[in-house]
Amino acid sequence: MISLAALSVAYADGRRALDDLDLSIAPGERVALIGPSGAGKTTLLRVIGASLRPTTGAVRLDGVDPWSLSGRQLKGLRARIGKMHQAPPIPPRQRVITAVLAGRLGQWPLWRAVASLVYPLDIAGARAVLEPLGLAERLFDRCDQLSGGQLQRVALARLFYQQPEIVLADEPVSALDPALARSVAVALNEDAKRRGVTLIASLHAVDLALSEFSRVIGLREGRIVFDRPAAQVLTADIDALYAGAPHAGAHDTPDQRVPSARPRLTRCA
Amino acid sequence: MRPVMPRRRLMLTALVLTAVAASVWRLDLISAFAEGQDSLGELLGFLQRFAAPDTSPAFLAKVGQGAIETLAISLIGTLLAVLGGVALALPASGRFGRLSQIVSRFILNLLRSVPELVWATLTVLAAGLGPFAGTLALALHTTGVLGRLYAEALENAPPAPEAALRGAGSGAAAAFLYGTLPAVAPQWVAYGLYRWEMNIRMAAILGFVGAGGLGAQLYYALSLFHEAQAATLIVAMLLLSLAVDALSGWLRRRLVVA
Amino acid sequence: MSVSQHDPAARGRATALVVAVCVLWPLLQVAQFDLAVLFDTGNLATLGGFLGTFLPPATDADFLGYLASATLDTLAIATIGIALAMLIAVPLALLSTRSLSIGRLDGRLRPVSEAIRVLARALTLVLRGVPELVWALVFVRIFGLGPAAGVAALAITYGGMLAKVYSEILESSDLSPTRALLAAGSGRLVALGYGLLPVASDELVSYTVYRWECAVRASVVMGFVGAGGLGQLMDQSMKMLNGGEACSILITFLLLVMAADALSAWLRRQVR
Repeated sequence: MISLAALSVAYADGRRALDDLDLSIAPGERVALIGPSGAGKTTLLRVIGASLRPTTGAVRLDGVDPWSLSGRQLKGLRARIGKMHQAPPIPPRQRVITAVLAGRLGQWPLWRAVASLVYPLDIAGARAVLEPLGLAERLFDRCDQLSGGQLQRVALARLFYQQPEIVLADEPVSALDPALARSVAVALNEDAKRRGVTLIASLHAVDLALSEFSRVIGLREGRIVFDRPAAQVLTADIDALYAGAPHAGAHDTPDQRVPSARPRLTRCA
Repeated sequence: MRPVMPRRRLMLTALVLTAVAASVWRLDLISAFAEGQDSLGELLGFLQRFAAPDTSPAFLAKVGQGAIETLAISLIGTLLAVLGGVALALPASGRFGRLSQIVSRFILNLLRSVPELVWATLTVLAAGLGPFAGTLALALHTTGVLGRLYAEALENAPPAPEAALRGAGSGAAAAFLYGTLPAVAPQWVAYGLYRWEMNIRMAAILGFVGAGGLGAQLYYALSLFHEAQAATLIVAMLLLSLAVDALSGWLRRRLVVA
Repeated sequence: MSVSQHDPAARGRATALVVAVCVLWPLLQVAQFDLAVLFDTGNLATLGGFLGTFLPPATDADFLGYLASATLDTLAIATIGIALAMLIAVPLALLSTRSLSIGRLDGRLRPVSEAIRVLARALTLVLRGVPELVWALVFVRIFGLGPAAGVAALAITYGGMLAKVYSEILESSDLSPTRALLAAGSGRLVALGYGLLPVASDELVSYTVYRWECAVRASVVMGFVGAGGLGQLMDQSMKMLNGGEACSILITFLLLVMAADALSAWLRRQVR
């Protein structure tokens, strides 16, 4: 159970990313967050993911305030929350197997993490999550040899490998072409349904939100505009949500720096 | 094209020429080289003896031994510096707070500013004459150089992968190993190889202050006016550094570019 | 199944590890790697006693006089060394620069000029291939102890380095004015003066000034083998285990290097 009460997040200059929000999400719900750019979707996901502390108000995950926990307990809590990002946060030179196994770093002791860098400790487990995504063949390839869509599916495999109780996905498909976007959205929902876990995803593609998720929340300027089962969302709701707002265009993906092969000359070489 | 500033350029040129003239006067070089007039013949004879390197098998065997020692000094010294550089770059990039950042940067600057040869005079005191002193001297100076470069690489690495792992409950060390290390490791290796190429040349020299290797033999040969042996040793130094360049280039292609 | 159940990289990693151990272990022996030596009480006492005398730094008037004089010597060695290096580098660079070759232009092979170019490049390689410290040691045998050896050593190695970089800068500059001049029948020197130099001069000057900064450091280090200046003074103090003097010299060296950095940065800003 996720519950937020009178929750606000303010920037240093006083503007509010989230403004007096009340929300509760039951286990097993599959929620789509939609709304124009700057509506506060990312901020909301970060608050639920125990990555960002709200300025005022309360956040409770299974009745627990994450910010009252010790550092060790907070790590344990985060290990139970899976996160997906628009740009897969995977180092380009890492191998697929390592990138997938990194999903359980929160559950592994350090010795296991180090040993797995020398020789991957759970090849079968990584293969099992890559297989349904059509990437089992690429298990030992390096991530910089994959296409953008394949890389996003590796990130998905990492998430499935983590087996989290709550899945938070921030624009997981907006960098993908429509067919691929749908397949990733479907995979996220199938996994959540099968394991009965909570899924919250922010989306720009309204059609995917309506067709794949069980509940849709419209967010604008840090407030909830509507919050209904997906089947009951009206065209008028959507029009009102995006009215006057510039529709999200191209998203800038963070650049992945490729290390230069030859270091620049140091002094007096 | 940029506008030309003739007056300013003229003044700068005059300044530089004055500095050169003052330097010549200061060192009294004209008389120094003039006195060297009579040593011109000596110089020619010296060069003549240089032109016939000593290639007797016994001496070549000794040179080979010195070359291996020089190689060992450069390689072990560079590897120690890589370890030390990593150990100091982590705090110097600000991962463990402001205080440790200031302290580790100060240490790196100190290590880097003191030339290898000065370190060698100190390590000879600490470890006695021999190759180990040279290894330590190289390691100390190179730690300063590499630590700074490594810290820069850390600061420039994309933060997202490590942050994502931390957000998924990973510990700090594991998140670094899986999130940031893959991004910086190729640069770290490239810098290390590049310094190795410089250190093989330096290792050949450190023997001048008693730190082993080809340098010690060259110092000895020149002190006793054995020019033929000195010539062999200089050629050996050149060949050794070219060989290390090639090896390091091969490793760079295997580890960094691939 | 087409992908194996085992990590295909494992064998390569294991091999690399075995090779590394097989190479490093004997090299550790050769380098006489032994950390215990560092904790030998006798050595610790010597080093500790020496380092203990670093404070306070020597400040008596006689010594400060020597120090100032040695600092001036070091600066003078670097300055003349670079000036002579330029005299060596300019002709070498011109001879080895492809873009100033007329043969390139019309495609006809000129074996003589090609041979000269190869020779010039080989000479450049030899000059900078041998470290300046080795040259310094050789020249000390010829000119005796003192600055002359340092100047000669700097002139030769830095001559080689400058020649290489000069020719690289010239070749990477915009060549169209030069080509036009050469095509119109100008000589190589005219083409250089009116075609290449206006384009490349800033970079050439800037690199030379930067090298001067390096020469200051190098001339200190060369002093250790008797080539005059601060290094020679430091070598003497260290051999006599006079920590106070060594400390003063070291501080002077660090300040000098910082000052040279600043001066060279200022000069390079002026030409930009």
